[in-house]
Amino acid sequence: MRRALRQIFQITLVNLWTIPQRKGSSLVIVVGIAGVVGVLVSVLAMGHGFQHTLASTGRTSRVIMLRGGSDAEMSSDITREQAVILGAMPQIARDAHGVPLASPEIVLMVDLPRKGQTDPNNVPLRGVSPAAAAIRSELEIVEGRPFEPGRREVIVGRKAAGEFEGLVVGRQIRLRDSDWTVTGVFRTGGDVHETEIWTDADTAMSAFRRPSFQSLTALLAEDDAATFSSLQQTIASDPRYSINVLREPQYYAKQSQMLATLINVLGYLVASFMAVGATFGALNCMYSAVASRQVEIATLRAIGFGAAPVVVSVMIEALALSLAGGAIGASAAWLYCNGASISTLNFNTFSQVAFDFRVSFGLVLEGMAWAVAIGLVGGLFPAIRAARVPVVQALRTS
Amino acid sequence: MKYLPLLWAALWRRKTRTILTLSSVIVAFLLFGLLQAVQLAFDAGVSTADAHRLLTMARFSFIEPLPQSYRSRIAQLPGVTQIVGCDWFGGKYQNQSNAFPVIAADLAGYLAMYPEFSVPPEQQQAAAETRTGALAGERLVERFGWKIGQKLPISSEIYPKNDGSMNWEFDLVGTIDADDPAVRGNTDMVLINSAYFDEARTTGKGTSGWYILRVDGAADPHAVALQIDRMFANSPHETRTQPEKEFAVGFAKQIGDIGAMVSRILAAVFFTILILTGNTMAQSLRERIPELAVLKTLGYSDARITALVLAEAVLLILGGCVIGMTGAVALMPALNSSTGGRFPPLFVAGQTWILAITIGIAVALAIGLPPALRARRLKIVDALAGR
Repeated sequence: MRRALRQIFQITLVNLWTIPQRKGSSLVIVVGIAGVVGVLVSVLAMGHGFQHTLASTGRTSRVIMLRGGSDAEMSSDITREQAVILGAMPQIARDAHGVPLASPEIVLMVDLPRKGQTDPNNVPLRGVSPAAAAIRSELEIVEGRPFEPGRREVIVGRKAAGEFEGLVVGRQIRLRDSDWTVTGVFRTGGDVHETEIWTDADTAMSAFRRPSFQSLTALLAEDDAATFSSLQQTIASDPRYSINVLREPQYYAKQSQMLATLINVLGYLVASFMAVGATFGALNCMYSAVASRQVEIATLRAIGFGAAPVVVSVMIEALALSLAGGAIGASAAWLYCNGASISTLNFNTFSQVAFDFRVSFGLVLEGMAWAVAIGLVGGLFPAIRAARVPVVQALRTS
Repeated sequence: MKYLPLLWAALWRRKTRTILTLSSVIVAFLLFGLLQAVQLAFDAGVSTADAHRLLTMARFSFIEPLPQSYRSRIAQLPGVTQIVGCDWFGGKYQNQSNAFPVIAADLAGYLAMYPEFSVPPEQQQAAAETRTGALAGERLVERFGWKIGQKLPISSEIYPKNDGSMNWEFDLVGTIDADDPAVRGNTDMVLINSAYFDEARTTGKGTSGWYILRVDGAADPHAVALQIDRMFANSPHETRTQPEKEFAVGFAKQIGDIGAMVSRILAAVFFTILILTGNTMAQSLRERIPELAVLKTLGYSDARITALVLAEAVLLILGGCVIGMTGAVALMPALNSSTGGRFPPLFVAGQTWILAITIGIAVALAIGLPPALRARRLKIVDALAGR
């Protein structure tokens, strides 16, 4: 056993040592696999970024209420009377003064061009109630100041400020048929709200002539299943209205299904095909590497090296090359797109959502796993062939 | 043609290598065919738009309704030949939001607006006579296994019926289909009678979500659009009127640059393939230098040798291109059934074939030229000596 290990070590050393002499064919494996891993990692990074943005939206301690039958805020409608009744439920938390921590909200679309473009994009404008900041503890103003209720002032999400034209503190922007002043930029922990523009609900309702709200977000008195289900029962048993209650994470996960599926399917489909192509390339390269060293291998066998060390050493070479390719591909993807921001239309809500490409460590590992798999398949068959050629016959070929 | 056996022999000199190279080229073009089909599906809204159809919707948001009185006012404008009002029903089928659009419209008027849709005449008749009648796209009917004459239970996210419930029921009286595969994706919807819908709903009576209108060939669509928007300027319901194509382009732009992403992926794929195949071609040529020298000795001219080497590359790449694209065509039905009609129909268009062949030839030249020129410059004596 020890002898076999030593033999493997020696042959492998010679093989790896001679790679620079076989630059062309070795480069094929490296480049091919770098291409596969690079594309795979960057497309999946987009999917992961999108899912991360939606997964970090919402807390289990909060509920969102919509009109019965509605799955999205845009098609929902909650009257002022309903908002008062719903906010006062015993399962909803209250602040030190006994005011319910509930924020009835109005959502409407405003058209804003992307930076440097003129085409309009649907950006959500959310009118929030005074309790909103206490309910959403993750909200922080990173620049400027909050809006003042009663004045036409807005604060803009960090991602919206990055993607769309004119969202600068102190600047006036035209939203529909009125002018508003941007007073601040906010962040909410990288969730979907950072693609939104916020203002005071009552101010927005009078400016845009809207009689009712779209949704109501509230903090549960206790973050447990019992409180949530009793709230559900209380609301379901009231004949005055039909209202849907959802925990926030549940609601936001539903909002992303279509887009997330599309991105992931596309990513894996393309990567699978590319991987098949790269495997052919790797096989090709290792076969010619083995063929060009037939005499050397036969010589080693003639002076007493075993078949197994030869097989293992060829496999190790293929793996080393594919790992190099994988590392190059993953780093290229990381350098090129990690943190790059992209904004697209969410098909479930018909509004813009911005998110970042996220190249996580797990994603890099996944890319490397693909590289190893390609290397193993690409090295195995040539390695077996190298070991099975009869020594005498191999020595005769020139 | 008479050189074909010689090319063939050269290609199959190392069977494994040629098969592997051919396979990676096949995979590249298979991927090309698939990604182009995806891109065409994304652009279908733009490519199937009719230059003489205009859409009029609320100025600030297409979900806000417009008064029904606008219909006759727009119809009176010179150049407007047809107009139909539509409503977004916000349909939910089997608890799935937006699984397909449900649109309320005057069915006869809607079908007249879209001559590219085909509905059998007796079914059009039934749609006109059945108040609760509905027409559904052929692909939806297949996806859900519906039968003509059955009841369609669809609930609305937006409109309660006059009995207070959100659950509506329609009678499926016909199917909508289209001959052009790009248009077929536009039929993935259910159309219901606006007369029945407007009477039975409790909110939004007397409004329409948007208007589709047709201008005659002589009129300038943009001038008509401007006229409509001027007519309603400074009213409580201002409008924005655009040609269908511009609306589709705007929508595609909102989705962002899927096209750019797909092209980048393809560039990466082809670059990889180029390196792989180029290297293999160069290698096989190096091995054959003595053979080429023999050909030269037999009196083959430099140009002919160059052509032979180039032809080998072209044969390999174009072979892979045709097989790969054929594979993509063969995969389409399976892909379309696996998306379950949730995605517009995918198909390989003629333009994709032309593009593939062009790229194939370009790649073949890029790969074949360096070794071909090297073969041309061979000195017989050196080559025979294997130097």
